[in-house]
Amino acid sequence: MHELGIVKHVIKTLHDVANENNVRHIASVTLEIGEVSGVVLDQLVDCWNYFREKDDLVKGAPLFVEKIPAVTFCTACENKYDTVAHGKTCPSCGSTETYLLQGNEFSIKQIEAEVNEEN
Amino acid sequence: MIKVIELKRTVTDSNDRDAASLRRELTERGIFLLNLMSAPGSGKTTLLSRTITDLTGKVRIGVMEADIASDVDALSINALGAESIQVHTDGMCHMDAGMTRDGLAELNPKADIVFLENIGNLICPAEFDTGAHRNVMILSLPEGDDKPLKYPYMFQKCDALLITKTDAAPYFDFDLAVAEERVRAINPTIRIFPLSAKTGDGMKDWEDWLIQEWEKQKNA
Repeated sequence: MHELGIVKHVIKTLHDVANENNVRHIASVTLEIGEVSGVVLDQLVDCWNYFREKDDLVKGAPLFVEKIPAVTFCTACENKYDTVAHGKTCPSCGSTETYLLQGNEFSIKQIEAEVNEEN
Repeated sequence: MIKVIELKRTVTDSNDRDAASLRRELTERGIFLLNLMSAPGSGKTTLLSRTITDLTGKVRIGVMEADIASDVDALSINALGAESIQVHTDGMCHMDAGMTRDGLAELNPKADIVFLENIGNLICPAEFDTGAHRNVMILSLPEGDDKPLKYPYMFQKCDALLITKTDAAPYFDFDLAVAEERVRAINPTIRIFPLSAKTGDGMKDWEDWLIQEWEKQKNA
């Protein structure tokens, strides 16, 4: 269960960020996830909803996900195409000399944070 | 007051940092850690048993067996006289740096080389740095020569690939040249060692590489 580990790591990173920025509570978390990053979104959200209740820093915080479509670039004909539909083979020239331009992202984009105002 | 903080940190960021510091600590302690990954049933434990037996007297080897449950693998390694510990991940599909650190603290090895036998899985372990100095992958011949096409990230991440169970070649349509070509398309610098832990064929090349990498690390 991949998503379980991912959520634990996200929460750990959020604690680091909270310490660095004097954050008291996190009100929401936004992730950027590429279409071919291998994450099952439903499971990720289930794991998040479970763990956020066990941690005061993120208690009740919704998880937002921004999906990034997967796009592959063909070095032979310089075509850009949809990775999920065509895989490694370019649909216009048939070359396999291709690489992923975007779609394997997996990052914490931003958080809404309640910040302590005292110094 | 609520403010938006832009992070742009990868999800594995906290693990990546933990792994980097574990790697430094191990280097200082003179321990060379190898992360061994494969699909279930590829023969990780058999390969390790043979390697331990072959290298007895040359180098001290310790083994950390990670499994979701059970301790059958650690028991068979123990029987060879090597230090070993069984780590249970309780449902998690991979080892991360924190779990590796905890397991090593428990094992407290006097060994020169420690193998982390990761969970049998070709997807998740590739994404989480364990803090190991080298990543090694096993592809057993019955799994087929199209594995690199299905799990490219794993092949991309490894320093060495062991193609095991070559003694079974007459019974399977595994084309070694095709497999090597597919792997090199993903990872041009990977070392590839076809071998059989059963007959011993090819074991020496792998063991020589292992010793050589360990010495490189020691003198670094």
